[in-house]
Amino acid sequence: MTRPLVITRLVGALAGAVLAVGLGLAFFVVPPDAVQGEVQRIMYLHLGAVAAAYFAFFVTLLASVLYLRKRDLRADAVAVASAEVGVLFTGVVLASGSIWGKSTWGVWWTWDARLTLTAITFMIYVGYLMLRAFAEEPQAAARYGAVLGVLGFLAIPLNHFAVQWWRTLHQPSSIIRAGGPSMDPFMLTVVLVNVCGMLLLYGYLLLERFRLERIRHQTLQLRLTRGRRG
Amino acid sequence: MLGDAAGRQETRESPPAVDVQGLTKVFGSTLALDAVDLFAGCGEVVALLGPNGAGKTTLLKLLSTALKPSAGGGRILGEDLLTGRDPIRRRIGMISHNHHLYEELTAEENLRFAATMRGIRPDRGRIRKALADVGLATQAAWKVRTYSTGMKRRLVIGKMLLFDPDLLFLDEPHNTLDQAAIALLNGYVASVKARGGSAIVATHNLSRAYDMADRFVLMREGAVARRVEKRDLSMEQLRTLYTRHAENGEEEPRVESLESRV
Amino acid sequence: MVVAEVMRRTWAMTWKDVRVELRARERMNAMLFFAGLVLFIFNFALGPDLEKLRDAAPGLLWLAFLFTGMLGLGRSFQAERENECFEELLLTPGDRESLYFGKLAGNILFMVMAEILILPLFAILYNLDIWGRLPGLVLVAVLGTVGFSTIGTLLAAMTAHLRAREVMLPLLLFPLTVPVILGSVRATEALLNGPGLVEVGHWLKLLVGFDVVFLVVCPLLFEFVLEE
Repeated sequence: MTRPLVITRLVGALAGAVLAVGLGLAFFVVPPDAVQGEVQRIMYLHLGAVAAAYFAFFVTLLASVLYLRKRDLRADAVAVASAEVGVLFTGVVLASGSIWGKSTWGVWWTWDARLTLTAITFMIYVGYLMLRAFAEEPQAAARYGAVLGVLGFLAIPLNHFAVQWWRTLHQPSSIIRAGGPSMDPFMLTVVLVNVCGMLLLYGYLLLERFRLERIRHQTLQLRLTRGRRG
Repeated sequence: MLGDAAGRQETRESPPAVDVQGLTKVFGSTLALDAVDLFAGCGEVVALLGPNGAGKTTLLKLLSTALKPSAGGGRILGEDLLTGRDPIRRRIGMISHNHHLYEELTAEENLRFAATMRGIRPDRGRIRKALADVGLATQAAWKVRTYSTGMKRRLVIGKMLLFDPDLLFLDEPHNTLDQAAIALLNGYVASVKARGGSAIVATHNLSRAYDMADRFVLMREGAVARRVEKRDLSMEQLRTLYTRHAENGEEEPRVESLESRV
Repeated sequence: MVVAEVMRRTWAMTWKDVRVELRARERMNAMLFFAGLVLFIFNFALGPDLEKLRDAAPGLLWLAFLFTGMLGLGRSFQAERENECFEELLLTPGDRESLYFGKLAGNILFMVMAEILILPLFAILYNLDIWGRLPGLVLVAVLGTVGFSTIGTLLAAMTAHLRAREVMLPLLLFPLTVPVILGSVRATEALLNGPGLVEVGHWLKLLVGFDVVFLVVCPLLFEFVLEE
């Protein structure tokens, strides 16, 4: 338990390799965008992070439901680990989106639909982590967290439509269009490579964070048994 | 140790009120209860004795299904402690120093609410009778906020009268009560016992426990230190045992004397 | 009949909350005072230009509704907390859903009552004609209030036990109820400033969809909030 598992190291190594290729391609090989210039390259990072973040929160949903049904602490460990990694990736999405916005429109923040949705999702899951931190004891944290893990993910599609309609009815669509049917197949490949790389990175971080959580459980157990023997 | 149920004879007609083994409760890294066994047959009153922090309240909460055990299980009134929570709750009553009454409602309204929530028709007659039986008939329309502790405790007993629980849990029930209320409480527990019901009383008041209970379970730091039956035991002997085991943490004697066999 | 029993228990919970509130008057007083304060402060914050205020009116109205609603939700388990009645509810046999619906109905009732008093005050302060659009406004207010209260009631139960509960409830509630906020404001805007509800059919659908989803999910999750 105190050492990472073999599979964790494998996933980590693979993630490193794929991302090295993906980001290398994105930043050095792919021709610069005709309109947006060099900064558009950050979109490859951005899209990968988006995929990883929402996948992470989906995993939290599944783990939360599993915990509520089986009360297995390992399910809870997955839920919190995935949520934490998800928040991390969401931060990357916000930062990269913001940088892109600054470069393209000269402003650090636009109330663009997708970015706003990401910001709201960020708030939901930061709230999730805070909720767990403020609970009196670990089982309450797991239980309340699981409930919020379900609510949070259910809210995402509803938030998506709300924010989308809010923007498109007010000003011309300013949705970041880095993808779409007109994308050059090479660019599309690079996007996919980066998405894969990000998902692998998510996997590695999840496994490590999960391991950390399990170590925490075991420490609690140890403290318990030591207290018992008195 | 043979556990609490050694030598028990159960009647076949009704299952024992409490039959649990290995109850453990962990809060974070604190062990509140450590593998506690408990047995209470029909018509028995068992007193849990121990200083603060001994785990008496935690044990009561586990037995009444307010909390889930971290380990262990068993049966309450024949129903499984872990899976039969709803049927257990139908037949138990909790009298604790937290009254579980809504202060802004009148006594009558509190009883009507409690009755409706338990699926009992809150008709006037039934409510009035319950209030009268506990001596609160004239104060029925007063808000509970104006009640003294003794009156509140009576009202809780009045609540019990509505649905006649088969198993009572009492947590420090005699605290700050006047004599009349104490008499009513003891009388009520006696009446429950008389019709075959049981009670588990947690207290650190030895003399009250001695009056009420048939058996004593001395607890210390989340575990059972000693079990004794009341027959052939004087109040003084109980006090001595309590001081030795519950307060000073002496271990139970290796050789099992008649006194420790239950 | 099981349904009748559930309804009886729900009704008993709601009635109990209303009675306690009518006697203590804590919640409603705080909510109404706060709403009045908010409406006044908006005026000071946004300046004397009546046209600007008119444009912002739908948003301001819903800010008043929502902050006031938040206050009420934060108090919704006050009686249980003060009287140590959480354990009592736990030990009461029967379904947990009726406990949730009872609380929910009470919360919706209080929020609507506050809205009934806020709306005319708002119309007066900001010189708006609401009478012609009243049915539509009521519909939107109800849909929004229900949606806000479903998640709100569940979260209020959860945060009742936490440290920093006054901060945690809004922190958790607002990001989850963005569709309600946006939908209600847009629909109200359509009603007050122009074309009416016909234009905003999709928003109404979103509100209804939101309400339905959480009216189903929240009672199911309530058990996990209440019980260990």
